[in-house]
Amino acid sequence: MQTTSALGRHALRRAGTDALRKLNPRHLVRNPVIFVTEVISILVTLLAIRAAFLGDAWSFQAGIALWLWLTALFATFAEAVAEGRGRARAESLRRGRGEASARVLLREDDRSLWQNRPATDLRVGEFVLVEAGELIPSDGEVVQGIASVNEAAITGESAPVIRESGGDRSAVTGGTLVVSDWIVVRITAAAGATFLDRMIALVEGASRQKTPNEIALDILLTGMTIIFLIAVATLVGLASWNGRPPSVAVLAALLVTLIPTTIGGLLSAIGIAGMDRLVRFNVLATSGRAVEAAGDVDVLLLDKTGTITLGNRQAAAFVPAPGVGEHELAEAAMLASLADETPEGRSILAFARDRHGVLADGPPPGAVAVPFTAQTRISGLDLPQGRYRKGAVDALARSLGVAVPPPLAQAVDRIARAGGTPLAVARDATLLGAIELKDIVKTGMRERFDALRRMGIRTVMVTGDNRLTAAAIAAEAGVDDFIAEATPEDKLTYIRRAQAEGRLVAMAGDGTNDAPALAQADVGLAMQTGTQAAREAGNMVDLDSDPTKLIEVVEIGKQLLITRGALTTFSIANDVAKYFAILPAIFVASYPELQVLNVMHLASPESAILAAVIFNALVIVALVPLALRGVRYVPVGAAALLRRNLLIYGLGGVVAPFLGIKLIDLILQLLGLA
Amino acid sequence: MTWIGWAQIALVLACVIAAAIPLGRYIDAVAAGRVAWLAPLEHALYQAAGIDPARGMGWKAYVLAMLAANAGGFVLLYALLRLQGALPLNPQGFGGLSPWLAFNTAVSFVTNTNWQAYSGEAAMSHLSQMAGLTVQNFLSAATGIALALAVCRAFAAGGVKNLGNFWADFLRITLYVLLPLSIVVGLVFVAMGMPQTLVGAAGATTLEGGTQTIALGPVAFQVAIKHLGTNGGGFFGVNALHPFEGPSALATALQIWAQQVIPFALALTFGHIVGDVRQGRALLGVMLGYILIATALVYAAEAGGNPLHLAAGVDPAQGNMEGKDLRFGMALAALFTASTTGASCGAVNAMLDSFTPLGGLVPMVLIQLGEVLPGGVGSGLYGMLVFVLLAVFVAGLMVGRTPEYLGKKVQAREVKLAMLAVLVLPASILGFTAVSLVLPSAVSSIQDAGPHGLSEMLYAFTSATGNNGSAFGGLTADTPWLNTTLGIAMLLGRFAYVVPVMAIAGSLAAKPKLGASTGTFPTHGPLFAGLLAGVILILGGLQFMPALALGPLAEHFVLLAGKTF
Repeated sequence: MQTTSALGRHALRRAGTDALRKLNPRHLVRNPVIFVTEVISILVTLLAIRAAFLGDAWSFQAGIALWLWLTALFATFAEAVAEGRGRARAESLRRGRGEASARVLLREDDRSLWQNRPATDLRVGEFVLVEAGELIPSDGEVVQGIASVNEAAITGESAPVIRESGGDRSAVTGGTLVVSDWIVVRITAAAGATFLDRMIALVEGASRQKTPNEIALDILLTGMTIIFLIAVATLVGLASWNGRPPSVAVLAALLVTLIPTTIGGLLSAIGIAGMDRLVRFNVLATSGRAVEAAGDVDVLLLDKTGTITLGNRQAAAFVPAPGVGEHELAEAAMLASLADETPEGRSILAFARDRHGVLADGPPPGAVAVPFTAQTRISGLDLPQGRYRKGAVDALARSLGVAVPPPLAQAVDRIARAGGTPLAVARDATLLGAIELKDIVKTGMRERFDALRRMGIRTVMVTGDNRLTAAAIAAEAGVDDFIAEATPEDKLTYIRRAQAEGRLVAMAGDGTNDAPALAQADVGLAMQTGTQAAREAGNMVDLDSDPTKLIEVVEIGKQLLITRGALTTFSIANDVAKYFAILPAIFVASYPELQVLNVMHLASPESAILAAVIFNALVIVALVPLALRGVRYVPVGAAALLRRNLLIYGLGGVVAPFLGIKLIDLILQLLGLA
Repeated sequence: MTWIGWAQIALVLACVIAAAIPLGRYIDAVAAGRVAWLAPLEHALYQAAGIDPARGMGWKAYVLAMLAANAGGFVLLYALLRLQGALPLNPQGFGGLSPWLAFNTAVSFVTNTNWQAYSGEAAMSHLSQMAGLTVQNFLSAATGIALALAVCRAFAAGGVKNLGNFWADFLRITLYVLLPLSIVVGLVFVAMGMPQTLVGAAGATTLEGGTQTIALGPVAFQVAIKHLGTNGGGFFGVNALHPFEGPSALATALQIWAQQVIPFALALTFGHIVGDVRQGRALLGVMLGYILIATALVYAAEAGGNPLHLAAGVDPAQGNMEGKDLRFGMALAALFTASTTGASCGAVNAMLDSFTPLGGLVPMVLIQLGEVLPGGVGSGLYGMLVFVLLAVFVAGLMVGRTPEYLGKKVQAREVKLAMLAVLVLPASILGFTAVSLVLPSAVSSIQDAGPHGLSEMLYAFTSATGNNGSAFGGLTADTPWLNTTLGIAMLLGRFAYVVPVMAIAGSLAAKPKLGASTGTFPTHGPLFAGLLAGVILILGGLQFMPALALGPLAEHFVLLAGKTF
């Protein structure tokens, strides 16, 4: 119930007024089930008023009318609550945007000539200068300079990121803050069409369009509404055979309880909430369609580096040369790496410390660091007790003028074949052994791929490594397939081939050369840190720039579809009990013997009908939290998932209203209302 | 209920399933053009009609060809019925039918309904029976099966437009399936004592010295296709209760077998065509399960007897034998009733009007559920597939994917068309019944007061729209209003239903066929069968609950209370 409490009282009041506003038939006509409910409410209200004027009994009709109105209102309320959650986020985004002004350069290459203009007057293709402390006025691409930018307005992450011209870190977003240095930005988005603007519109639900599955579901619900309209309308003729057709208010109650108001009322809230779940997860989808497609994905294309593996090679083993102790090698490797500030160097120190207990607090006095160069491919440390070196095996052996002992050469070969990188370690002129550097698979990835496989999703690792290396890492990570020595074209070809087989493909990417594949994929998750081209090509942007989140995006998509299906099943299954409540009540005047069908032993025909209508209205409110939170998704096979959800929402949908209607009937009696 | 009764039911159904298994495979071979033992005849016919059997048709072309064939059939039959007085083979000298009745009858036989507002032995010449009604029995059955084959093909492959050639399907079904089976079954019927003669009637002198005219005619072979093609139109007015149309209990058992065997076989044919026979078995399982439950309900209701009779001292062991034939017994009457209404046949071997209210409720519900259990030849299968798509759509979302069936995604277009098809039954059944119950000229056709009278009218439109053709009885149907509206109901039930279904087939055929994964839920297990059964009941049946409550249900509870009208 965190969903409602998180809203706060103010937001709830706002949702209440929005719900009333949404009762406008012109808005409601988009939702046929609730529209019919409203029309029926108006009809019964008029009848109640007429009865009151004519001095007839009107309280029953008024009671029905009230609860029919509430049914429609609860439906619009559900939608308003769902929108309200997005609105809070949109407001904070708007505040972050501020009122920026821009220094527009008159000539691209001259930073001294500029004129001040409000950001709203910027045109695409103009160049602006942004210096430390200023907001970037609109989306664009850095063409000159380098700056650190605080993107908290978009990502919520306050640690600044580097933006520079050229390469994959050139995209900047309007509304973010330059915190040091300066950049010249070529504007790529017109005012009102920036990333931030789109983001605000999205989280507010202003640009929400019905997704394909939603449209199909809408048609089903409309069809069912028509069927029950026929069933209820023809009842007038059928019942007249015995001379006692039921009153219009009763027929109205029967109709509204039979048509699928529960799912009809919650459908759009479910869609908005699904989008909102993604936003909370710091992923922005350009459309609901993309979220839905995520649930349908069959193939996940994941980059090896940074997604499946940690991305930097780390020490994984020491392989001593013949006659050398492992501890001796570890100590030498540690000393050779003392001055090495690269992640690889750090990892050697960490490994030597954790596995062999050797450590030093920085280079001792008198030590001379030998830095790594691309020419020598060797680095190290000169100490009084010896010269310690590490580097590429062939380079180090050559510089020392020694041959690699055959056992060590074999070990080095084995390391290379398994996808690792061997580094040789030497003291003075002696090769002591090798360090195995490995691209480490992130912990838990194998389990996640297993879970994906149970969901019926194949994972494909994409890497620039050669086949042998790729195969080794693929086996270790537990992916289903891999693309080795991958070029951007390879990715595109792979996606096209999978799609031709009718599969939906999702991928994450950030570079400009990822753009074609991102655009081709059914779900393209672009990184916020990526290039403008990548961000434009994808249909989702991850503000945290974590490609692993593709997996959760798929789960959110599935959850959205499951929630819709579950509540539809529940709504339809509810009808059984409602018949048992209302039918005996309607016909008991013509055939008192039909009282037998009143299996719930409801007190009177009036209370039975009223209880069914009240249940029908209240169940919408009761299910709002579930609609907003989504049905829990467990990554088991489809058969198990179906069994579980059919049991809960199908069988539960049959049983729940029997209990609910009986309870409401008892309360009505206690209150003396019926 | 007795063990012997249940043994009879089990034996007949076992024979049906045992025969349906090879027949299902055989029809698949016929559909694929792999059966060719009449190839010279087949090709001569193609050549005479200028048809290239290898040329595939899209769904629209297929539907148009089907409509053309059926329109032709209608015109010929209508003309024949109107003109039969002037045509040969009319030994009893019957005149032509009235325009209303001829319209109703022609529609009835073209749509595979075989609703009969006339009494065969007192209205139809031999020529009308043989060249008119019997021929239509073949053609309407072949039409249904051809349509079902086209729908099956839509699930078999991906990205195709071609659903087969209607004329080839139509001819092959007739030549290789319906004719051979009818000849064999017809000969057995002759052996069992059914007449097959062109003599009009035999005269006989009764014991009292009076004269009696005993109607005769070409009965046996017409009865064979009447059951095999789930047509149901009897040679005689009282249908299978007539000693010449239902000569023995064994003949009744064979008739039940003949009604069921092709619809059940087609479920398996579907499995063969889509390349996964388990899919067909799941559909067959649902059909069989419903038939068993329905039979048990009718059997229990009738064996339980009428409480008023029991109170008057009737032996409870007799049950309610009113309207049933002692030669066939209670069990076969119950199975026949469930079978003839479940399979859209419409032949009767017991008078439904005389059933207990619940015994009459069951056949009505079986028809209202859409004639899919197992339904008419062909129409049962494609009707079932509509429910399958709806079941897959509703529940499929619950596994978190766009629903798909056999690798075909079920999307807005399919749902829309499926709902259009599903709408036809309640609109026609409830709409026409409601109007007819307030229209004085229609109300006067009803025989009984109280809820039973409502059942009579409700059943008539249920039977017509469901293309079943059985009559509840007690309704004078040969009036201009009922002849016309029932005719329209029959047309709606057949063609307004099948056009959207074929559009679904066209749309699905064009979609790529996706491979199955663990993310797609299996549609061949008991879980799916249960789901499908539930969806049929809820989406197909719930809308009729109010009407049923006012008819048979009200009658039942009123009867229990000891009240009559």
